Amino acid sequence: MKRIAVLFLVAGLVPVFAEPSPTPSPSPATPTADETPLARSRALELAGAFANEGYKIRDGFWSGSIEKDKPVFIQINVFAGNEYWFCAAATGAARKLSVSVFDENGKPVEGEIYEDGASAAAGLVPESSGPRIVRVLLTEGEKSEFCLVYAYK
Amino acid sequence: MMRRVVSILLTAVAACCPAAAQSPLTKSQLEAVARLDSMTIPTPGEFFAALDKQGQLNWSQLFQPLPLEVTSSRAQMALMLGVLIGDGYIAVEAQDSQGVKNVGKDIIRIAKKLNVSQTIIGRGNSINDFAENNDWSALREELEATQNEAKIAMAEQKDQDLVTLVTIGAWIRGCDAAAGYVAKNYSPQLAELLRQPAIVDFLLGQMSGLPPELLEDPLVTNVRTGLEEIRKLVSTPAGEPLSENAVGALDGVITGLVETIGSDKEEP
Repeated sequence: MKRIAVLFLVAGLVPVFAEPSPTPSPSPATPTADETPLARSRALELAGAFANEGYKIRDGFWSGSIEKDKPVFIQINVFAGNEYWFCAAATGAARKLSVSVFDENGKPVEGEIYEDGASAAAGLVPESSGPRIVRVLLTEGEKSEFCLVYAYK
Repeated sequence: MMRRVVSILLTAVAACCPAAAQSPLTKSQLEAVARLDSMTIPTPGEFFAALDKQGQLNWSQLFQPLPLEVTSSRAQMALMLGVLIGDGYIAVEAQDSQGVKNVGKDIIRIAKKLNVSQTIIGRGNSINDFAENNDWSALREELEATQNEAKIAMAEQKDQDLVTLVTIGAWIRGCDAAAGYVAKNYSPQLAELLRQPAIVDFLLGQMSGLPPELLEDPLVTNVRTGLEEIRKLVSTPAGEPLSENAVGALDGVITGLVETIGSDKEEP
């Protein structure tokens, strides 16, 4: 998983670190808008950095609107032995995004994080199979369209 | 929080670090968690990737495509389409080029009956081409894209209910291959991969939203009953693998479901 960071260089991405805001109130994502294809394209661009390392990018994606400090959550099922990267991007007025992973009871899960303005990713090597909750949080900027994709190997 | 810069090169700076220490999610946040067919349900390919790391699978032996009977039931065709997608993934793991092509043809055949073939004929041709060139990685992506495009076409023609059945068919076929292997080569590590109660809950939840006339379809009823049995078998506490007996029972239930989906339900 550590080698993957080097891949960001290939994509020409410049990440920065950010502490997520504490426990914002939930806000379910709304249906897609005009900027969703762009958000998806950026999320896929980020995920594409992993493809050369043998990660396969899922064709499915999750998109919608996101507001500052109002995180959105999705359940994804993982298998022990696989490695995962959950990649998100937002468009428009989004300035800083973060992606975090929690277990099925909502406890934070150890992993790698990558943050680069309105693009972010979380890496996970699960020790057990089962559901995980992926949180996407806009920490800086205004209401925007976002998209989450993931890659595994 | 310990942070670790991994690499600095040229004008770009790249870094990863361990996830920050964070607060657990609140009850209301847990209630707001979205579940989506296209993200929450793993592809058979993801499942098989994990299996491959834990065992020495002979995928050629596991590739036993379902002999699909002619049917006029759209529910059965949707389930069959899902099973075929699962078969496609198994054929890819077996690196069986002709098997993949045959599955691709069957997918198109069923898609035509469901009026979604126009959308996925191009995908069928790609599956054929990738199989011809033994491009197994591209085939995995193509199979998922085929499934997703078929589902989108179904939703567009107001067959949203069938989307759920396609998903269930693919998941059942993937589990069928996995449970069969684990039953014969039991280990706690392999059995842990079969512990998927959240997925079964999601699928049962989707089924509960189907219209009454579809829920009364005998095949759909059988599938629902089978999923409820599976739910009991795979619901061990977190981190606890299924027992050998439970895997054997799971294998029996799920193999029966696949056979039921492939059989001619119109015969007495």
